[in-house]
Amino acid sequence: MNVGNFPFVIAALLVVFGLYALLFKRNLIKMVIGVSLVETGVNLFLVMLGYRSDGAAPIYTYANAGERMVLPTPQALTLTSIVIGLATTALLLSFAVFVHGHYGTLDVRKIKELRG
Amino acid sequence: MNTLATHAPVLLIAVPLLGAFATPLVGKLGRGARDLFVGLIVALTAALAGLLAADFFAGSGVPSIYVLGGQGLSIPLPSGMTVPIRILFEVDGMSAFMTLITALVTLAGAYFSFSYWRERSGGSMYFSLLLLLTAGIFGMELTGDMFNFFVFLEITSIAACGLIGFRVWLKKSQEAGFKVMTLYTLSGLFVLLAVALLYGQHGALNMAFIASQIGTLGVTVVDKIALGLLLTGLAMKAGAVPMHMWAPDAYGEAPAPTSAILVANSQASLYAVFRVLFTLFGIGASIATNGWILIVLAVLTIFVGVTMALVQNDLKRLIAYGAVSQIGYMLLGVGVGLVRRASLVVGGAALADKATALDYGFVAMQGGIFHMLNDAACIGLLFLTSGAVIRASGTRDLNKMGGLAHRMKWTTVFFIIGAFALAGIPPFNGFASKFLIYEASFKLSPFLSVIAILSSIMLLAVFVKAFQGAFLGPKVGLAVDAEEAPLGMLVPMAVLALVVIAFGLFPGFFVDTIVTPAAKALWYGRDAYIGAVLGGG
Amino acid sequence: MGGISSGFGAWNPIAWTLLFLGVLVIGFFVRSRGRKDYKRGTDQTQPFLSGNAEPETAEALHVRGENLYWGMVHGLAEYYERVRAWHTGILNDYVAWFIGALGLVFVILFWIG
Repeated sequence: MNVGNFPFVIAALLVVFGLYALLFKRNLIKMVIGVSLVETGVNLFLVMLGYRSDGAAPIYTYANAGERMVLPTPQALTLTSIVIGLATTALLLSFAVFVHGHYGTLDVRKIKELRG
Repeated sequence: MNTLATHAPVLLIAVPLLGAFATPLVGKLGRGARDLFVGLIVALTAALAGLLAADFFAGSGVPSIYVLGGQGLSIPLPSGMTVPIRILFEVDGMSAFMTLITALVTLAGAYFSFSYWRERSGGSMYFSLLLLLTAGIFGMELTGDMFNFFVFLEITSIAACGLIGFRVWLKKSQEAGFKVMTLYTLSGLFVLLAVALLYGQHGALNMAFIASQIGTLGVTVVDKIALGLLLTGLAMKAGAVPMHMWAPDAYGEAPAPTSAILVANSQASLYAVFRVLFTLFGIGASIATNGWILIVLAVLTIFVGVTMALVQNDLKRLIAYGAVSQIGYMLLGVGVGLVRRASLVVGGAALADKATALDYGFVAMQGGIFHMLNDAACIGLLFLTSGAVIRASGTRDLNKMGGLAHRMKWTTVFFIIGAFALAGIPPFNGFASKFLIYEASFKLSPFLSVIAILSSIMLLAVFVKAFQGAFLGPKVGLAVDAEEAPLGMLVPMAVLALVVIAFGLFPGFFVDTIVTPAAKALWYGRDAYIGAVLGGG
Repeated sequence: MGGISSGFGAWNPIAWTLLFLGVLVIGFFVRSRGRKDYKRGTDQTQPFLSGNAEPETAEALHVRGENLYWGMVHGLAEYYERVRAWHTGILNDYVAWFIGALGLVFVILFWIG
């Protein structure tokens, strides 16, 4: 089915929403969600690059002869990126836990001892 | 001919990675075994880097590739062209030069850590993260593939932030860790977006292939968006103003030897900026614009970095702002080179002819690239010295320290050497590279040269302030019974000081042997870089 | 052995070091021709603090790191107020500077370049 440019628009919107959360939200956890949204948008963009109209999953076993397949490389890239995103989100959240333990607050406008 | 040097690119990544994952196991045997193991791994890595550099610089100087996979496997694309399935490492002059820098800084930082890390537990994890950071930096410098570069970029981000926030009992280090991790992740995602755009446009992730496609098809709108994202994301990781605000937090809160290695991390991102600008996008009518973007960033970085350093009261934040300022000098040198190269290309001159000391663009590039090495050595020395100072005086505040020079004579001497070298005082190495940058940027615009020289003088003022606060005067506070730093801390500092003095007294030899091939690899080595991968042409 | 040359200048650190040592030798020679009735440890070597008494404790005597260059910082006060105020510690502002620089780079790449 022809999806046109719709997924790319959605990916761009996800990135914009993530940047909005990073720029305007005060809570540390909401900023981590913002980072996660940007990452989701980029992953969606990456997967959509491989899509071919009416393509099947890129598996040779039991595939029909001469069948059109989507590109497998972006799928591999996206899997790698998702795993990296997992690691970074875990590290960000653990830092948020420690920051809350030390400062007592999750408001980013109060966590500014390192300034100047 | 298969010598160890041909396998060095992949071993430089594999050996620290092995060390990183084996260190917690070896650490169960005790502290001495862990220190011995990490010391061996780091020494082996440094030897491999030296072997790689010696093999490249003494040899033919042709870029060489190292392939994992691919010799017999190819997939046919719909266009009929077959593409080998492989992961590619490519070593050209600039990569070999950067591996030397990383090896030197890692050697000094790791050996300093053996005496510096005195906590009773957590040492294995600390060294594990340090080796992981090293593996990531070497990966960033040696890879020939864009997505592989992104993966190594994220490895360094995670390892670096783990080290910054390692001491979880300190309040500010957690704040610094969170801030730096958010910014590193965001810039990594922008780099990934750019890689995705390039993949969508050209169908390949291989740097040489994308470069040749851009060369033949020209720069499209998608390519320009990717260029903008790559430039800004990687310049942020390098610490260019106005995106530099994470840098004092990061360098200031990390343990002292790690700050030195984080500087190598920033320089690897700067190397990536140069690789993107010269090799990927080095052809086209608008490369002068890229050069001017670099020059604008450079001037801002130099000036804001050094002026903000003057008002810091925390010793490590002061040195960190100095490090940010020096990144501006590297950007300035290479930016001037890029602008000049653009005018030469448009004017139709052959670039290879102009790759001598008679063309100010090439001289600027030599200066900028040489400054990367000098800055890594000097800032490394300064951070290690600050670690010894903070150990001795128990505080990081310059207002509470004083009088350490009475007992800590060697540390004082090393601090003076590092400070003078970085501020560009003859006869140290900082003067040699800054001399090239001043003279070459003067020919493009005298304003650039004026800003550079004035900021060097102000950097000397900054270090005089730090020196007075920490070393001069009567003994204050804990400095009353401070002793000289232990030998395990003095030896790495001495090694870096020796590098500073040697590169200062014999700059001609090092510029001809190491820096000029690196500058040539960027200046006109684009075709050789592409040819090494795609073969012929 | 050893110098580097830019397009229109040259720098030879060995020559510079020899010259510097020569100047040091001349300086020591001039110093050795000076007065010899200088006694250490007497009132001749006490610091003169404009007639004030020397403070007793080390903490009061030490010129702190922050006090150096206060004149320069005071002279550039307008610059420093503005630029230090930009360095808030707030993470939203860090990301804002990043996105702002990204926008500026795009403007330069597409509009001007």
